[in-house]
Amino acid sequence: MGIRLSNISKSYKKVKAVQNISFNVQPGELFGLIGPDGAGKTTIFRILTTLLFPDEGSASVAGFDVVRDYKAIRKSVGYMPGRFSLYQDLTVEENLTFFATIFGTTIEENYDLIEDIYVQIEPFKDRRAGKLSGGMKQKLALSCALIHKPKVLFLDEPTTGVDPVSRKEFWEMLKRLQKKEITILVSTPYMDEAALCDRIALIQDGEILEIDAPEAIVKKFPKTIYNVGANNMYKLIQTLQNYEHLYSVFPFGEFVHYTDKRDSIETADLKLYLENEGLTDISIGVTQPNIEDVFMELAK
Amino acid sequence: MKKENVIVAEALTKAFGDFKAVNAISFEVKKGEIFGFLGANGAGKTTAMKMLIGISKPSSGNAKVAGFDVYNQTESIKKNIGYMSQKFTLYDDLTVKENITFFGGIYGLSRAKIREKRAQLVSELGLEGISNKLVGSLPLGWKQKLSFSVSLLHEPKIVFLDEPTGGVDPITRRQFWEMIYKAADQGTTIFVTTHYMDEAEYCERVSIVVEGRIEALDTPKKLKEQFKVDSMNDVFLKLARNIE
Repeated sequence: MGIRLSNISKSYKKVKAVQNISFNVQPGELFGLIGPDGAGKTTIFRILTTLLFPDEGSASVAGFDVVRDYKAIRKSVGYMPGRFSLYQDLTVEENLTFFATIFGTTIEENYDLIEDIYVQIEPFKDRRAGKLSGGMKQKLALSCALIHKPKVLFLDEPTTGVDPVSRKEFWEMLKRLQKKEITILVSTPYMDEAALCDRIALIQDGEILEIDAPEAIVKKFPKTIYNVGANNMYKLIQTLQNYEHLYSVFPFGEFVHYTDKRDSIETADLKLYLENEGLTDISIGVTQPNIEDVFMELAK
Repeated sequence: MKKENVIVAEALTKAFGDFKAVNAISFEVKKGEIFGFLGANGAGKTTAMKMLIGISKPSSGNAKVAGFDVYNQTESIKKNIGYMSQKFTLYDDLTVKENITFFGGIYGLSRAKIREKRAQLVSELGLEGISNKLVGSLPLGWKQKLSFSVSLLHEPKIVFLDEPTGGVDPITRRQFWEMIYKAADQGTTIFVTTHYMDEAEYCERVSIVVEGRIEALDTPKKLKEQFKVDSMNDVFLKLARNIE
């Protein structure tokens, strides 16, 4: 009763938006689609919410086929699109009442489901939606997507452009919703959010690179990663790019992540090379790979 | 060796009615520095940036950008800065070359200079094969890299980048930062906002805006020491939480 996609493809004229996508989301699972803009995430959402026909393949949501049973799906899912799409000219409360009415329910009936989120915007219930801040719009949109108690919730990039504090709060809300037996498919371009999902699919250019639990995905990373630091980041990157044994170098915060072509290396040799090239304050240490390392390796 | 200041703000304030969106912020940015300007949504970053680039008049306080006053020398400011917003602002219906030519013209470069810059930029970005393609058909990452290069066409003293890497894939995001380092290395000052906290670590100094005020300003290393945490993400969470 979760979500099932089997060999789904969709093209817009010549552009292949998604190609041969298959994955299952278990009931009650929090599943993340992780990938940059243009990866095909929104196309997958539109197909699953019955707003777009797939060219090939089949898919079902909550046990209903996305083509044949589209009416049943629309009743049983909540969808929060990437773009704010509530009525800007209606107040907070009017928007919520509107969505409840459309689905034949009332705010009171399912209030327990949204209470936790809605109380944060209730003080502004008479304000027009268009006049809300980004964080409040997001909370209202989520409330509207939940008001009919959907079995499956689709959230397309709910945290894009949102600051780290609000992002953290948003994920805490999702974790609480999951406990209420709602299946959640969420997409994000922020790789650090992947770790908060039960399972993830890494997606780029319309194709899935990998599907698994986040911990399992990072375990598969084939190389040892070294955190390398020095006095000048730009010079450090350039110097490493010219190193004969380099496999990859990417800046990661205050360090760079360095991998070597060889299976094992003497860090003293690398340090000596960097010193001879004029770098100082050099530090080298082994570090654990994260989802972003894996994504960049797979996307190469 | 003391480098010159290219941005100086003193008690810069912007009020909308009773609400102070930017509340007496003061800071300096040095030539060639990568200066991070962070804050939660609605903290006042965009309002502050609008004053610095000369499109919004301050309510009080002073600021000089590239040596020009934000009250009465805004046209000179605009000639001496580059600006790139998160929203893509090149023309989708023009080719790569046409966009470069158009913006070169807007900035008043000579035809010879435009020709030279165009060739240089196309080769540096590796766009030879597609320089006659419409910009609208390029992947987002390339568009952002092209936008950044176009914002540097007139060799501005300072470039303002408003969330330049939002939604960009992780490899392109890093290539973008390498371009930023290169520009800074050549003496261009970088003023950048971002929601990626790993990118905050790439800045030489970082300021964190909370409710219109600068609540912290230092190197990432010193900020982490000051707040006794391991990452800029934790610095940010601590600061923004404290106000609630």
